[in-house]
Amino acid sequence: MIAFDFNYIKPTTAKEASKLFLNAKQEGYKAMFYSGGTEIITLGRVNRLQTDMVIDLKGIQECNVLEISDNELIIGSAVSLNEITHSKLFPLLGKTVQRIADHTSRNKITIGGNLNSELIYKEGILPLLAADAKVKLAKGKEQRIIPLEAVFNKQWKLDEGEFLVQILLDKGYLDLPHKALKKTRISKVGYPVVSAAALVKDNQIRIAFSGVCQYPFRSIELESVLNDTKVPIMERVGTALRHLPEDIVDDIQGTKAYRTFVLRNVLKDMLEELELTK
Amino acid sequence: MKSLSKASKQLIQLHVNGETHDAVVRSADTLLIALREQLGLTGAKRACENGDCGACTVLVNGKSSHSCLSLAVEVVNQPITTIEGLLDSPVSKAFVDNWAIQCGYCTPGFIVNCHSLITTHPNADDQLVEEWLQSNICRCTGYEEIREAVHTLLASGQKENE
Repeated sequence: MIAFDFNYIKPTTAKEASKLFLNAKQEGYKAMFYSGGTEIITLGRVNRLQTDMVIDLKGIQECNVLEISDNELIIGSAVSLNEITHSKLFPLLGKTVQRIADHTSRNKITIGGNLNSELIYKEGILPLLAADAKVKLAKGKEQRIIPLEAVFNKQWKLDEGEFLVQILLDKGYLDLPHKALKKTRISKVGYPVVSAAALVKDNQIRIAFSGVCQYPFRSIELESVLNDTKVPIMERVGTALRHLPEDIVDDIQGTKAYRTFVLRNVLKDMLEELELTK
Repeated sequence: MKSLSKASKQLIQLHVNGETHDAVVRSADTLLIALREQLGLTGAKRACENGDCGACTVLVNGKSSHSCLSLAVEVVNQPITTIEGLLDSPVSKAFVDNWAIQCGYCTPGFIVNCHSLITTHPNADDQLVEEWLQSNICRCTGYEEIREAVHTLLASGQKENE
């Protein structure tokens, strides 16, 4: 049971949603954007978050789009993970999000919710980083479309009252050779020890990771080491481990040594399989 | 600071098992709480309340959903099916026939989820069955009989009506 009360509002436009958020803020209240809502409900139940208002984005038509228009795949932030997988429009993303939580939860968890999760994993972002995704953000009357990497570097850099409306992907990235690998500690359903999503574009492997550091990341330096095919695979893997953006996570889900061991094997498997597609 | 009117309770209508019910809920009440405490539908079980175990599974718009992970106010105007709406369903019968039950606490959630699986994918393969069944936990670990019940139904090609 959630012990605190809040207002639940379901606006029908992005402008209205942002205005509600900013008005609440101006009046000294805390508002939260709500998409699938699974994290707000579970953290609220144990008093790890509190809010005066939740603004449900599922009523906004733009946030529910899932279609290819012209040369872009458009994914609304309120589209569920299962809808993305079943659509088969971007197989790498479909396979990556298919390993988040369990099947029933994925009917409720949305891509926008996963990307804005309080948890360090945010696995849905991995294929988006590898595919140079753009994002459409809304704040007040304004909307802007910018590269994902311009607003996500270790964490989101959004303005107050700004929220994710859509993800935009160049159609040319959707059907490239790819591989998603997720290793968990025990059962198939669980947080990743290591999760990676990779695709091959112009003979170059692009790869993003979760569970390795305190945030999901893609590293150009690391990719350049992995793509140096003159060097034997395991040597490349060893060198790549020296190009991580920070120390490997060491926690109850997996020690640093164990995560390093798993990461090494994930990279080896990725390279062996993807290099055959070049 | 102006006062934000946080109505502590409101009257909503929930469409459950083909009937419309009035319910007085807080915005913070989950669907699970509304079903059990307002409508008296206690088939969906209160267990982890964290979306981990599936004991509270219901169908929302025909899709399996952890009722502990939805707000009641969020599913107004959406058709909801609970275990009470699947009385004498082929899945329930298959669970009985295959002894897919021990203490019974997880059973409603499993039946609702399996009903959705068989309705949506009458030709589901082993991999798909495994993926769907991972959403539910049986504290008695009676998984083999549950799997058998699903495979029996799939083999018989028996489609269920919603």
